[in-house]
Amino acid sequence: MSHPVKVFLVDDHALFRAGVKAELAGLDDDRIEVAGEAGSVGEAVVRISSNPPDVVLLDVHMPDGGGRAVLEQVHRSLPEVVFLALSVSDAAEDVIAVIRAGARGYVTKTISGRELADAVVRVAGGDAVFSPRLAGFVLDAFSDRNGPAVLADPELDMLSPREREVLKLLARGYAYKEIASQLFISIKTVETHVSSVLRKTQKSNRYELSRWATDRRLV
Amino acid sequence: MARPGQPVPPPAVPVPPGHLTHPPAVSRADLYPPTAPIPAIPAPVPPAVSAPPDARTAAAPWRPAPAGGNTAGSAGVIDDATARAARAAEPGMSAAPAAEPVIIAAPADPAAEPADPGLPAAIGPERTPPPGVGHVTPDGLPKLARRRDGSILGGVAGGIADHLHVPVLWVRATFALLAMMAGAGVVAYALLWIFVPQQAPSGGHAGADHVAATSPLERRQALGIAAVGVALLIVATALGFGQLLGWVLGPLGLAAIGGAFIWREADDARRARWRRTAAGIVGPSKASLWRLIGGCTLVIGGLSVFAVGQLDFMAVRSALIAVLLTLVGVAIITIPWWLRLVRDLGDERRGRVQERERAEIAAHLHDSVLQTLALIQRQAGDGREVQRLARSQERQLRTWLYGPAGYASAGGKPAPPSSTLAASLGEVAGEVEDTYAISVTPVIVGDVPMNQHLAALVAAAREAMVNAAKHAGVQEVSVYAEVEDGTASVFVRDRGSGFDPSDVGADRRGLVDSIRGRMERHGGSATVRSHPGEGTEVELTVSVTSAADGARWTAEQARQAAQEGESVSPDGTVQAHAEMKGASS
Repeated sequence: MSHPVKVFLVDDHALFRAGVKAELAGLDDDRIEVAGEAGSVGEAVVRISSNPPDVVLLDVHMPDGGGRAVLEQVHRSLPEVVFLALSVSDAAEDVIAVIRAGARGYVTKTISGRELADAVVRVAGGDAVFSPRLAGFVLDAFSDRNGPAVLADPELDMLSPREREVLKLLARGYAYKEIASQLFISIKTVETHVSSVLRKTQKSNRYELSRWATDRRLV
Repeated sequence: MARPGQPVPPPAVPVPPGHLTHPPAVSRADLYPPTAPIPAIPAPVPPAVSAPPDARTAAAPWRPAPAGGNTAGSAGVIDDATARAARAAEPGMSAAPAAEPVIIAAPADPAAEPADPGLPAAIGPERTPPPGVGHVTPDGLPKLARRRDGSILGGVAGGIADHLHVPVLWVRATFALLAMMAGAGVVAYALLWIFVPQQAPSGGHAGADHVAATSPLERRQALGIAAVGVALLIVATALGFGQLLGWVLGPLGLAAIGGAFIWREADDARRARWRRTAAGIVGPSKASLWRLIGGCTLVIGGLSVFAVGQLDFMAVRSALIAVLLTLVGVAIITIPWWLRLVRDLGDERRGRVQERERAEIAAHLHDSVLQTLALIQRQAGDGREVQRLARSQERQLRTWLYGPAGYASAGGKPAPPSSTLAASLGEVAGEVEDTYAISVTPVIVGDVPMNQHLAALVAAAREAMVNAAKHAGVQEVSVYAEVEDGTASVFVRDRGSGFDPSDVGADRRGLVDSIRGRMERHGGSATVRSHPGEGTEVELTVSVTSAADGARWTAEQARQAAQEGESVSPDGTVQAHAEMKGASS
């Protein structure tokens, strides 16, 4: 990597920002550098717009609309800035809402510093980051448990068997490398599958996804 | 949401939704501190102007007093603004900190005037309060006082017109019409003349302005109306009409006096609200016009029936009809008032609900989080114990917030605990977390009601988790469960030391066999994948049998399962767990 990934922190808890900063700095990882931070939606929008970072670590729950408000105000004008959502919440509608608003990934705040750094580098490289829980939510949303769903666009509204396998392994806590060796495919292929699942999660009009989104007035 | 000073953040402070997103409003309030009230109003303030101190002046101390030189437009703006400030200052609604009302009222300062450009135009020159009007009510209207300058007779009509912001012509016409009714108008005028104080004398230039306002035309008009009133009185008396109306006027007069008392006693915020509602009645909308016309027709019709009935029909019946029609008419005219009343009631109820919710949250936080924090402080030296406390508290709070029966779940039907696979697995994971001070994160896709096979699955999964917690030497165990195509699978995975399944000690061998044996007894299977240094994954699968089968999950079977659990579990917790399963299903 030619230059370190510039990371921007958005969280309304100053203590948490400081903690993440210290942890990332303590890794002594020259792949990433913390370029700035913001404690509110308005501040984040201004600072990200004036000096676009590579990756924004975005808190889901904040006053004034939360991380989704930042995404909505910045994502369209600065599509090259990648967002990685960070949350303590396990509520499905929160997770799906930020993903559908454009975040490239979702990790919980209990993630270790090393894993967070890896996730940042991965989303900066154009991949998606699925925590086991997010993988579970997406599997749940794309399942046909409540009878066969009415599919407007089968390409978008269904997961391929391979994508389903990859998601299941993600939900079981497998790393990309382990998934690749388990399924006898290359890591690159795993990444392609995960990105495809992310795109479907963002664009599909499946009832489960749009219901979660509507609950948060996203659509 | 981080407000360090507040133990409980109010969930929904009644703050206008936009105001948080406009930080300038706050800074504006800073620009006008209470000590420097009117820095930007150069208007001459007559010495007589004084705003009586009350709750609202405290809420918006920087509010410019409506000076005589101000236009009616600005008076309207101030009226509206104080009403807003007053609403914010009402008790019960002021859950916000003391500084809030200032922020809320901030847009009401003179700079906000351009936002209401329609106001000055809408209020005609006739409504302009004459300069030099003595006292001013806190909501920006002149107090009722007889005009000193430019009065025709006693200045009563002019004073009322100033007070109510209506053309003086209407007031005079009303008096004339009232005069027809047994001379009520004359009596009312006389009473007002006696009891309403005259305006305080004002500055010279203001008086001069006002003399110019009463043109000879207006003077002639006023005298004409007075003459018409007297004529009507005489005619009505001559026809015996007035006496009949007197029957009606008695109760109506009482009602009017009662209304005047209510008006007098109402606090100013309420009065301002009523005035706005009254404006709604005769507002420009077509519907309100028709409503008014219909109501008036009914009232007049009622009165006419009464009058005619006195002459022609049985008095009682016609009186009843009259009363009924009159009441219906009054009801139609006052619909907006009723609506407002109902809405006020709704607001109040909502406020109460919010208050109760706040109390509930506060109580919950006190019982759970604060207690745990106290415990953590006391055991700060024991890292393991602190971790255990924090984890169990986190899980509890998370369940409360996001769980199926949780606080944030909107209308989700609360599932009784451990009645489904997901709930049972979550519970078991929590137990293992608490007992072994590791983090167990279950991810569950799909769900089914419990039966005995699934109970065995959960018990086996617990064994696998305990195994990982004891031997893998890691802080985290992943649990993934799915229900798909009639099969329930649980994967318990750790990234710990791992082992070679073909070469294991007798103790582990036993545990693996116990897990596998149990699964096989219930028609399922258990697979253990492990390599030294790469962690372990235990895969447990069992078929989800029909609901009828699940219903046969009797207490006896529960006991059998419990004994089974005892035979394989070294510490007996599985037994207790299985018994709980049986009791709940």
